[in-house]
Order: sequence, then C-alpha cells, then structure tokens
Amino acid sequence: MEVTSRQFKENAHEAMQDENLRAALGRVKTGFTTARRTAADALPEFEDLRDQARDIKNHVLDNLDYYLEYFEDQVTQQGGHVHWCSTHKEARDAILKICRDVDAKTVTKGKSMITEEIALNKFLAAEGIEPIETDLGEYIIQLADEPPSHIIGPAVHKTKDQVTELFHEHHQKYGYTEREEDAEKLVGEARAVLRHKYVTADVGITGANFLVAETGSTVIVTNEGNGDLTQSLPKTHIVVASLEKVIPTLEDVSTVMRVLARSATGQEMSVYTTFSTGPKRSDDIDGPENFHVVLLDGGRSEMIGTELQELLRCIRCGACMNHCPVYHAVGGHSYGWVYPGPIGAALNPQMVGLEEAYHLPNASSFCGRCEEVCPVRIPIPKILRHWREKAFEQQIGPKPDRWGIEIWGFFAKRPALYRLMTKIGARVLSSLSGKKGRLKKLPFNNGWTRCRDLPAPQGKTFMEQWAAKGGRGD
Amino acid sequence: MSNETDKIEVALFVTCLVDINRPSVGFATVKLLEQTGCKVVVPDAQTCCGQPAYNSGDRRTTKQIAADVIKAFKGFRYVVAPSGSCAGMIKKHYPELFADDPDMLLEAEDLAARTHELVSFLADVRKFKVDDVEFEKKVTYHDSCSSLREMKVKDQPRSLLAGVEDLELIEAEDREACCGFGGTFCIKYSEVSEEMVDRKIDNLRATGAEVVTAGDLGCLMNIAGRLYRQGHKMKVLHIAEILADMGDKPGIGEERR
Repeated sequence: MEVTSRQFKENAHEAMQDENLRAALGRVKTGFTTARRTAADALPEFEDLRDQARDIKNHVLDNLDYYLEYFEDQVTQQGGHVHWCSTHKEARDAILKICRDVDAKTVTKGKSMITEEIALNKFLAAEGIEPIETDLGEYIIQLADEPPSHIIGPAVHKTKDQVTELFHEHHQKYGYTEREEDAEKLVGEARAVLRHKYVTADVGITGANFLVAETGSTVIVTNEGNGDLTQSLPKTHIVVASLEKVIPTLEDVSTVMRVLARSATGQEMSVYTTFSTGPKRSDDIDGPENFHVVLLDGGRSEMIGTELQELLRCIRCGACMNHCPVYHAVGGHSYGWVYPGPIGAALNPQMVGLEEAYHLPNASSFCGRCEEVCPVRIPIPKILRHWREKAFEQQIGPKPDRWGIEIWGFFAKRPALYRLMTKIGARVLSSLSGKKGRLKKLPFNNGWTRCRDLPAPQGKTFMEQWAAKGGRGD
Repeated sequence: MSNETDKIEVALFVTCLVDINRPSVGFATVKLLEQTGCKVVVPDAQTCCGQPAYNSGDRRTTKQIAADVIKAFKGFRYVVAPSGSCAGMIKKHYPELFADDPDMLLEAEDLAARTHELVSFLADVRKFKVDDVEFEKKVTYHDSCSSLREMKVKDQPRSLLAGVEDLELIEAEDREACCGFGGTFCIKYSEVSEEMVDRKIDNLRATGAEVVTAGDLGCLMNIAGRLYRQGHKMKVLHIAEILADMGDKPGIGEERR
C-alpha cells in the first residue's frame, strides 16, 4: 500500500474531524479493553503464560534458521512446497507463478497482514486475477477500496450505516436491491455473496498465525470460519507468512494461543483454529491438491541481533492498539502504512524508512500501556525511543524541535545559569498572568496554548524560596 | 520526635515543573517528609532529570544531565521526587543509559535503588498515616502513567487520601488512560494531545468531583489548562498539597486570591 506516514499530522487531523470514525473508535476503546481485562482476570496464570509466550518466541528468534529449515523439511515431507522470498516483489512473483500454473482466474483470501504488506490484491488484479477477501471486515474494506485500519478488526473504523451503503452499492448486481440496515442480515448478505466465490475460486490464499516446525503445519485462527473455506475448497492453497511466525512444537503453539485471543478480543479461544498440514491425502475427503507456503523475509532478518529483534515476537493480537490513547484518538489509517498503533509506530520505520515514518515513534506520550498489555512483553516504548534517538542522530525531523532541546540542554547542564533563567522566567510569566493564575497565549510557542491555558508560575521558584529560608520548610 | 541528628536525611529532587511552576508542591513535600521524621536536604546543583532530552532522542545530553544528577545526589540514603515521571526516569532509565559504562552503571544503579516517588515513599517506606487533615471535598484521582506503570503507584495514593477527614474519593472511568501530556508530546502533537485530554476531562467531570488530583504536575497542568480553556471549574491540586493540608490554596491555574 502507498505509504502516507509522512502526513501523520494531516491524517490525524482529518481523522479527528470524522464523526463516524470517532464513534467507531469509541467501541474499540471500551469493547476490547474491557474484554481483555475480564479474560485476563479469569485466568490466574495469565501473567505466567505471557512470560512463557515471550520465552518461546525468544527461543525461536535465537534459532530462527534452524526452525525454519526444520519447518521446510516437514512441509516438503507432507507433500507441500516452501518458497523462500527476500523481498515483497519476490513474494508477489512466487504467488503469481503458482496462480498462473493452475491458470487461476479468481482467488479467495483469508485475512492476512502480509498480503497487505506486499500489496497483493492490487498486484493480482493488475495481472488479471480477481482477489476476493472473505473475512467480513476485509471484504467490507475491499468494497470501500481502503486499507485495514486495525490488524484484527480491519473495518473497525466503519459504522453500520457505512456498511449498509457499501453493500447496497455493490450487492445490487447479485439481486440485493433493498437497502439492508439490520446487522445480522448484512452479515447474511455478505455470506451469501461470498458462498458462491468460495466454490468457484481457483486458489485460496491465507496468512498464518503460526508455522509449526515439528509438523510442517500452518495455523490460522478466525472467528468466522471463512479461513477454512478459503483454504480447503480451492484446489490450490497458498499460505503467505513472514519468517518469525515459526514456532517449534504443537505444545508451544498451544501455549502462545492461550494469550492470543485473550489479548485480542478477550475470548478464551478464537471460534476456529485450523491446522493445515500439506495437501489432501489420497484418503482425505476434501482439502487442496497443492499446498504452498510463501515465506517472506521482507527486512525481518536484518532485525535479528539488533534492538529491534524483540518486535519479531509480535503475534498480531492488536492489544497494543486497543489500549493506545493515541490510536483511540487518530484511528489506524493515520499511521499511513499497513501496521497501525504502537506496534506500527515501532515497526514501520524499519519497513518503510525512518525519514518517511518519522512521526510515528514521536507521536507517543510514552504512557506505556501498550507494553503493559502486550502478551509477549514487547518493550514498545523503548523501541519508539530507539527510533527517536536514530532520528536525532541523523537530524531527521523539524529543526526547531532539535534546537529547542539543544538550548534547553545548554541551561540544564549549568545549574547556576539555569537557576537565573528559571528565576526570571517564572517571574515574567507570573506577572504576565496577573491575578488570573494562567496565561491564554505564549509569545514564542502556541503548541501548548493552542488548546490549553498555561497555569502560570506562582512567583518565585522553589529553589529561590528555599535558599531564602536558609534551607528550611514552612 | 527525636532530635535533629537522629532524623533520616532525605534529598529532595524538586522536579523542574515544581521548581518553576508550583513551588507549593515542593513545600508540601517537605512538610510531609518532615512529618514522617525526615530531615530534608535540597541539593543545589539539580536542574532537571533529563526527560525532555531523553524523550527527544538526544541521548548525549541526557547522559550528561543524568551524570550531574547522580553526582548531586550522591551519598543520601533516600532521594524523593514528588513525581512518578521524574522518579521513574532516575530509577528505570538512568541504569539503561549507562548500560555500556560499568563505572557509571554502578553509580546509576546505586542512585536508582535510593530513589522514590513521594507517595509510595510515604506509604511504603515511612508507613505514613495522615493525621488531622480535613478536606471536605469530593475528589477524583488520575493515575499518571509513569507513577502507575514505572513506579507501581496505585493503592498508595488511595489509601493516603482515605486518611483525610471528610474527603470523598470518587473513581473516574478509564482513570489509567493517559491524559495526553507526555512532555514535549503535548506541544509537538498538540491536536492529538487535545483529543486525549478532552476524553480524560469528560471522564473526570463525569464523577461529579470538585477536585482532581494526581502525583505528577505535568498531567495536572495539562488537565487544568484544558479545563480552564473549556471554562470548567474543577479545582486541580497535586496530591502532596492535599495530604499536607494545603488544599485550601488556589488550585493549579486558578485565580489568585
């Protein structure tokens, strides 16, 4: 997808004027956070499980080559194929080749962030292959021609009325001429439209929540069952996954799964959990005849051994964005690339370049709530700070901000001079405010006073008064 | 109380906002510390904990300031700051800053071990019980992010406020959500910050409380500034001011009398 992270402020401004979006984001804020809390409280070992999940992922990342090769061997033994791809282009080309080999006209797709990352839909369409999203949220935003705004609720920014409008516009050709407003019936309408697509698709593409090294299985979790239909009905199943999704054993998968849905939606488990191991066997009733795993690096191996390695623990639960007050304010599209919210702010600078994504790690109040809820304990604020340091070193970002810090730093390192400046500053601001106790405007910067009064200093600084009292309290 | 020489010496980290903007919080802090039998010393060489530089990515300046703070507070048994954010900076981030400098790391860890946020120091270390303080108000407490998440301050302010006579504590919805201050964040991303503080204010006002309090002046100045810009009349006080029986003074941003 096109990167618009550079316009974060403009994106955010627009988003905050959008009443529909505000209503939708209100639901993210209360719905998901309450659900996670309840699920976590109901499980006494939840915190221990988070540690275990973190440790499993760390172990994998420390031995990534071993587990990936193990995984490949197992997939091959089961009759599947693994395609190793370094770049987005290689991944797209690999997928296209598989589709061409089976002369595919239509492709059904389960939800997959990686295919968003490699902009697969646009690519396939340009090659004359029709991609059809089958996850309800993805289907909605495909109709709207928008990227997802949340990694587990891609259409979370859409209201029911907007969905009514979209379906009314796009479903008339299937005979749905009435404008449907009932949520349940809207779902039914989408289901009926998609049903036909499932059975006629030539290829099914899904992502993977996990790749299991010991069995060569790929695992997807969904709440709609659309993933199962996508991967079992067409003759060819392509799994697109990034390398860090590999997990050693089924036992490990079950551990990590225990924190996934609880962190995401507050469910104990997602409704469907599907393991795919190779193509259909001779005595299987159904399943695909061809099974391919497209394994994408996409810059991830460069993160191994660096400060960013911890980001690769991410299991894409969305808890960080569900709990992030900045996300609640600006929505997912403001971040300007595939991954929104705190994880996007930490990951996107690596993926699209710091210059482009400069705002993302900066637009954080460092409240730390993302780290508090992350099921695999990714220290997101620490990584955001890492990016700020990189940007400062490389002189990326507004010059006045850097100069401001340098001037402030000059005084902060010189206590006597600092004391003099604060003494004068406090007095000036205090007298400017008169008896009001606050200032409506500052002469040099409106960042604060644009929307807030500035509580005025009380008068003399503490240090000044303390010295005058000879170092005694009241 | 025992005589002066028996008292435990506490070095006060004033915090730059308290020093410049609201010295009364500093004096409230001194009063509270003295009530628990401490002798308060205010090292003269302090300026700021370095967060503005740290959060702006200027690691070099941050390390210089941190080294100054470490030096200024050397040798005191306790260092106390009336702010979770500044205490958190010293306790959590100074050791990280010097991770690759073994000598400084030892010093940073030593200071970190001696540094406390005021409210938790009063409640957990000094086992302080509020005595003979009256504040007949409905009060709501905002959990500042650093206090809550870096310093684990959650129950302590509530139990201390419970000791204030006639004070009624009313909990706000989403009290653990950030108020949108975030240091330079609120200036650089003013519009996003405004949206955040508006949500915070809606929740605080919905409690019907007359007073909002917290342990960090940054959050309180942000909340007060926006409350007043919107024309609301809640009184905003640092928790130290309430606990030190100084709650009758004009609140943050309030007209002076």
